Amino acid sequence: MSTSQVILPWLICITAACLVVGLVWGFFFTQDDFRQGSTVKIIYLHVPSALMAINAWLMMLVASLIWLIRRHHVSALAAKAAAPIGLVMTLIALFTGAIWGKPIWNTYWAPDPRLMSFMFLLFCYVGYIALWEAVDDVDAAADMTSILCLVGSVFALLSRYAFIFWDRGLHQEASLSLDKETNIANEFYYPLLICMAGFVLLFITLVLVRTRTEIRSRRIRALMARERMA
Amino acid sequence: MMPDLGKYAADVLLAYAVSIILILGFVVFCWLQSRMAVKRLKDMEDRREHRG
Amino acid sequence: MIALLLRDVRLAIRAGGGFGLSLMFFLILVNLVPFGVGPNNELLSRIAPGILWLGALLACLLSLDRILALDYEDGSLDLLATAPIPLEGVVTMKALAHWITTGLPLTLAAPTLGVLLNLPGSAYGWLAISLLIGTPALSIIGTFGASLTVGLKRGGLLLSLLVLPLYVPTLIYGGEVVRRGAEGASTQTALMMLGGITAGCMALIPFAAAAAIRVGLR
Repeated sequence: MSTSQVILPWLICITAACLVVGLVWGFFFTQDDFRQGSTVKIIYLHVPSALMAINAWLMMLVASLIWLIRRHHVSALAAKAAAPIGLVMTLIALFTGAIWGKPIWNTYWAPDPRLMSFMFLLFCYVGYIALWEAVDDVDAAADMTSILCLVGSVFALLSRYAFIFWDRGLHQEASLSLDKETNIANEFYYPLLICMAGFVLLFITLVLVRTRTEIRSRRIRALMARERMA
Repeated sequence: MMPDLGKYAADVLLAYAVSIILILGFVVFCWLQSRMAVKRLKDMEDRREHRG
Repeated sequence: MIALLLRDVRLAIRAGGGFGLSLMFFLILVNLVPFGVGPNNELLSRIAPGILWLGALLACLLSLDRILALDYEDGSLDLLATAPIPLEGVVTMKALAHWITTGLPLTLAAPTLGVLLNLPGSAYGWLAISLLIGTPALSIIGTFGASLTVGLKRGGLLLSLLVLPLYVPTLIYGGEVVRRGAEGASTQTALMMLGGITAGCMALIPFAAAAAIRVGLR
């Protein structure tokens, strides 16, 4: 708590700076793509949110494993705190994707592997959050959701390959990857990188804030229980 | 100042509006939650001090 | 373990609920589809594979919360958890009992119901095979969902929310087998993937389910 207390204000400032610079740069100071016109500006929201939607689940998976193996309470609470953030990121990715799809593919929604994978991810987040809410005992809830997170991850991977098998899809390949020579043009690349950094920082900041809230609410619960006993 | 968004202006602006509203709304929600937790915890601990 | 299996099967049949009910649900659902999409034989025969798989999946879902809920209420689940046989074995037997009372009847009934949807002639065999291979996975994944929600007050709805996304891979490969079979294409890959999912689920899910039950009973 004390470490996060110290770094939180700095983190908030850097996050805000990155997001503002990246989005303003992307929105106001980049050229339009020659094929997609101004819709290419949506990339500064779509790609970073999609990135964080997946990474939030990964972070939850790691946190769940730490909870199951080392029984570290903060880890379970961090996983709980991350889930709604992942949900919001998934929603943003889906919304911006749908809005982007309308002018380019002439449809908001298509049964495409990538799109379906994100819908799947959305259901995973909703189920995970619902299970946290449903189980009363905190430790039992942490155990249950961790197990669900593990099994859900396996099925998410399975589903991803099942989706690819099922249909080739409309969605283009990843616009950024580490093992490719040619990525998108530099002009779009730098603001996109800043936006991605901003979204990563936003995620970290929100996880810290929400975990602190969770720790405090657990303390409140404990105090209330003690008062009731007295 | 406003860049020319061409015929897709509505789509781009809508995408930005939806995302920014979602993010800001969620940030405000988290912030309020955190404020509330801090306040309630402080209240309870104060009460305990008084009694104990 | 065999005794446990027989007990569960007998209970499911005698209680009258699960056994006939999900079969009737499947029948009614398949009959409702033409009302929903309109009286068009050609369209029906095209969507029949998907509808039959979806129907089987939903019918399976219907009886999931009975797998563990009754045993939890009368306390026999606690006894089973402390019994000398491993809880993983208990879970497997429960899933098997569920499959015998719902998955197997659904598999047997599905080709008959295919007639109602004007399923193409070449697809009947593939439908039966894919359901035979795929429904055990549905039962065992469902048992995992049931063990996560055991003892919860509003468990039923949550159970479907948790389990339905997990059913997706099975549904995709199952539907794909029948669709490709109907079109006369090669079904080998989809069939092998379906079998792989079922085998993997049978091997691994009981451990997760047993862990969840232990937490739920704690």
